[in-house]
Amino acid sequence: MTSVQLGWMPKYGSLFPAIVFFLALAALPVANLLFLSFMEISWEGGVVQREFVGLENYAALADDPLLKAGISNTLILVVVATSCQVALGLALALACSSLGNSSRLYRTLFILPILIPGIIIGAIWRLMYNFQFGIINQGLDLLGIPAIDWLGSPHLALASVIVVDIWHWTPFSFLLLLAAVEGLPKDVSEAAKVDGATAWQEFRRVSLPLLWPAIVTTFIFRAVIAFKVFDEVFLLTSGGPGTATEVISFTIYQRFFLQDNPGYGSAISVAVIFSVALVIAIALQMQNRREATR
Amino acid sequence: MSNAVKTERRWPKEKIVLHAAMILAVIITLGPFVWIALSAFKTQIVLLMGDITFSPVSYNFDEVLFDRRSTYPQNFLNSLIVASISTMLVIVIAFLAGYSLLRMNWPRWVLNAFLVWAMLFNLVPPVSLASAWYELFRTVNLSIDLISLTLAHTTLNLPMALWLLIAFFREVPKELEEAAFVDGARFFTLLRRVIVPVMMPGIVAVAVLVFIFSWNEFPVALALTNNKTATVPVAIAKFVQEEEIKYTQMAAASVLSAIPALLALIFGQRFIVKGLTAGAVK
Repeated sequence: MTSVQLGWMPKYGSLFPAIVFFLALAALPVANLLFLSFMEISWEGGVVQREFVGLENYAALADDPLLKAGISNTLILVVVATSCQVALGLALALACSSLGNSSRLYRTLFILPILIPGIIIGAIWRLMYNFQFGIINQGLDLLGIPAIDWLGSPHLALASVIVVDIWHWTPFSFLLLLAAVEGLPKDVSEAAKVDGATAWQEFRRVSLPLLWPAIVTTFIFRAVIAFKVFDEVFLLTSGGPGTATEVISFTIYQRFFLQDNPGYGSAISVAVIFSVALVIAIALQMQNRREATR
Repeated sequence: MSNAVKTERRWPKEKIVLHAAMILAVIITLGPFVWIALSAFKTQIVLLMGDITFSPVSYNFDEVLFDRRSTYPQNFLNSLIVASISTMLVIVIAFLAGYSLLRMNWPRWVLNAFLVWAMLFNLVPPVSLASAWYELFRTVNLSIDLISLTLAHTTLNLPMALWLLIAFFREVPKELEEAAFVDGARFFTLLRRVIVPVMMPGIVAVAVLVFIFSWNEFPVALALTNNKTATVPVAIAKFVQEEEIKYTQMAAASVLSAIPALLALIFGQRFIVKGLTAGAVK
C-alpha cells in the first residue's frame, strides 16, 4: 500500500465527506436510538415528554407476542425460502452453464425480478393471489378446484409469502451461483467423465465439493436479505391474518410508527442491531480461528 | 466408435430437455409481469370478471398520469430527484473514500471502522435505520423535506458502493498512478485524467445499482415522506390502503414504476451482473 506520497490535504480531504456521513448519519442516529430506548416518550400538549425508565423497555421485549411471532416467522421464512432459492438457483445455473452461449437470453431475463421494486412485487402477487379474480384461482377454477384464500387463511398466508420470496430472489442466487459454476475447472469434470463417472456421480463427487464455498456464501447473502423482508409483507398481508405473517421488520414498524411508541420501538431496533452485531462478531471470531488452525 | 455415435445422438436430446426447462423457468419468471401489464390495460370490471379476451383501454394510465387528483407525476418526480441526487453523492463520496482507504496508508482501524459500518448496514433491517433517521430529522426539523430522504438514501447505499468500488480499485495497476506522478500530476488531475477513465465500467456498474436501490427503497421512504414528498413505492403502497382498491390503476402505476429497471436491464445488463456478483465473489 506504500505507493505514492501525497500531502495531507488529499489524504484527509478525500476521506472527509465519508467520515461526515458516517458520524452524522450512521453513528449519531444509532446512538440516539440507544438513548431513546431507555425512555418513555409521550406527547403532552404538543410537547415531547421524556421520562427515563431504565431497562423497562427491554424487559417488555420478552412478553411481546407480536415480537415472538415476528421472530419465529422470520426464522421460518429465512430457512425455507433461502434453501429453496439456493437449490433452484444452483439447478438453473448448472443448466445455463451447460447450454453455454445459447443461454444468453435466459440469463438476461432472469435478472428482472431483482431490479423491480419489492413493493411492485407485492402488488403483482396481491393481484395474482386475489380470491375473486386472481389468475391463480382462475387457473384452479379451470381445473375444477374451488378458489383458495391464499393470503387470508392463517395456515396458508406464510407459505404464500414464502412462495413470493422464492420467486423474487431465486434469480439472485442463480446469478451468484452461475459465476461460481462458470469458474469451475473444466479438466476435473472431464477427467471424471473419462474415468466413467455418471453425470450424477460427477456432480456429487466433483462439482458439488468445489462449489460448496460459493453455495455457503450465496446462502448467507440471501439469508441476510430474507431476514430484512418488509416490502412484500407490507403489501401482501401486513403481518396478518392475526400474526400469521408477522416478521421482525414489520413488528418494529408497527411498534415504532403505527403505535407511535418510539421508546419501545427503539428498544426492539437496538436489540436487533445488537443481535446482528453479535452474530457478526461470532462469525468473524470463528473465521479467525479457522484461519489460525490452517 | 459406437460409444461416440451414441453420445452424439444423445446430446441434442439433452439440450432440448434443458432448453425446455429453461423456457419453463422464464415463463414462471416473466408470467407475473405479463399478467400485471395486461391488467393495466383492463377496466376494473373486465379484471373482476376474469375475461381472457378483452379490448385494451388506456384509461388507467390516463387516470394515473393526467387526472388532477393523481399525485403520481409528483411521486415520479420525487423518486427521480432522490435517486439521482443520492446516486451522485454516493458515487463521488465513495469514489474519493475508496481511493483514499486503499492507497493512502490509513491505519488498520480506520479501514475496520468502515468495514463494520458496511456490515452492520447490510445486516440491520432498514426499518430500524428508518426509525433512527426519523427521530434524528424530527429533532432538526428536516422531517418533511426531500433532502432528508436523499441524505438517508445516500447513507444507506454508501457502504455498499464503497466496498464495490474498492474491489474495482484493486484491479487498477499502481504503475499507472506512479507514472502520472512522475509526470508531475496533482491529486485531482490524477483522479480525473487517470483513475476515473480506467474505473469507468466499475463506476457505471455501481451507479446503476445504487440508482435502482434508491428507486426501489420502501421502508425509509415510508418513514421520511408525507403526501407531497412520497416516492413511487410509497404511492403504490397507498393504493392498497384505500377503502376501495383501484386494482387496475395500481397495475398501471406498477408498470410505470418498472421503467428504470427495464432501462437498466436493456442498456446496463452487463454492468448490473458485474455489480451484483462483485460483492459476493470478492
